[in-house]
Amino acid sequence: MLLNKIMSTKEAVSKIKDGSSIIISGFCGIGSPDDVIDEIIEQGIKDLTIIANDGGTPITGVGKLLYAGRVKKFLCSWCAFTPIVARLVEENGMEMEFNPQGTVVERIRAGGCGLGGVLTKTGLGTVVEEKGWGKRIKIEGEEWLYHTPLRSDVALIEAYQADEAGNLVFNRTQLNYAELASMAATLVIASVVKPISKIGELDPDHIRVPGALVDILVQQDERYVEQPKYLNPTILDAIKKANQEFKAGVQR
Amino acid sequence: MSITSPKDIIAKRVALEFEDGMLVNLGRGIPLLVPKYLPKDYLVWCESENGVIGVGPAPEKGKENPFLTDAANMPATILPGGCTFDSAKSFGIVRGGHLDYSVLGTFQVDQEGNIANWTVPGEAYTGMGGAMDLVAGAKKIIVATEHCDKNGLSKILKKCTFPLTGIKCVDIIVTELAFMVVTEAGLELREVAPGISVEEVIAKTDAELIIPESVSEMPI
Repeated sequence: MLLNKIMSTKEAVSKIKDGSSIIISGFCGIGSPDDVIDEIIEQGIKDLTIIANDGGTPITGVGKLLYAGRVKKFLCSWCAFTPIVARLVEENGMEMEFNPQGTVVERIRAGGCGLGGVLTKTGLGTVVEEKGWGKRIKIEGEEWLYHTPLRSDVALIEAYQADEAGNLVFNRTQLNYAELASMAATLVIASVVKPISKIGELDPDHIRVPGALVDILVQQDERYVEQPKYLNPTILDAIKKANQEFKAGVQR
Repeated sequence: MSITSPKDIIAKRVALEFEDGMLVNLGRGIPLLVPKYLPKDYLVWCESENGVIGVGPAPEKGKENPFLTDAANMPATILPGGCTFDSAKSFGIVRGGHLDYSVLGTFQVDQEGNIANWTVPGEAYTGMGGAMDLVAGAKKIIVATEHCDKNGLSKILKKCTFPLTGIKCVDIIVTELAFMVVTEAGLELREVAPGISVEEVIAKTDAELIIPESVSEMPI
């Protein structure tokens, strides 16, 4: 008998506890499940450790959790669209770690694939080494930066299509972190854009995340499907407004 | 076609390094102008950090795919023959020696081939994104930058002072004045732009330049 993996967003998010660590797939919000993120804010879940490619924007992806003050520790590669990060670190004591983009995703791969970490040349002699985010080690005469593997309590991903078994198919650059995020978390929640299919309706060759790795499927609300997350006037206005408010806040 | 703007001189000279069928990553700004100067029959594959080879021009308004963007989060297209992949493969391609060229703009670059292009002092919370990966593993790193900054100060330094992106990684520096190559002995001036003298390049460059017996004119 097939376990029913389909839940309401509300029920899915109720499984996430305060203080959880969460890997959130997405590249500037593309591929991040905004419905699930909004529900986390709605349910008041806090003190989160967030691992992601970037900070999204003030109104898409990870950025919404930052602006709602729910993040205790943040690891990402880039967050220039969310200027609030500076204040969260300096005034609220949010822990912040920056890793090069390719390092973030490889650390997640290591965590999800049972490997002991990442050895990379990226970041040697830079702030990554100075801050101790990566540790210089020498193996057989070669210098590398070593980074520990990353795992999390929860992974949040967005998929374009799914079947009831949890198999996931993606649309273009929506894929980004999804394959590896689904390997590196105890609880994997996927928000699905298209109506969830019956088993057997997806071509096995098109499936990028095997259903066996996915715990919960959420059918994405149409409101979210219709809102593009690429840089558009709405997003640019939100970033501009956030910047102005941030600057005003600093002067106070 | 006569080229006068500094950016176009740089882009046109960089384009001469490209060969048909190459796989490259082009940073924002001047590097993105390079395709304009490639021979029309060339097919050069551009990689985008968010998981595309063959990223194409922006779509027509109204034809955007909300799930397809470029590395700057702008709506994008994929050229025929292009493909998508996840972030691990994307950065494997970047770090793993699969890019023929990584072409980047910069704030500073120095005579040892060190580069500082991800942040300026005082901006502690933006993060490096993919910048450090892009200088870590391509077959060749080409810096395409205006020779001086807005204040007229040389960007080609003896030693970078801004936070570094990578150490001893740059191979070629192309500016609107000069084509320079980082060698074991130091930074060598190979070409000057049309109408520019070697003396002018030396005067506008903070780095110590190695001047070979003959310096040719950029063939642009």
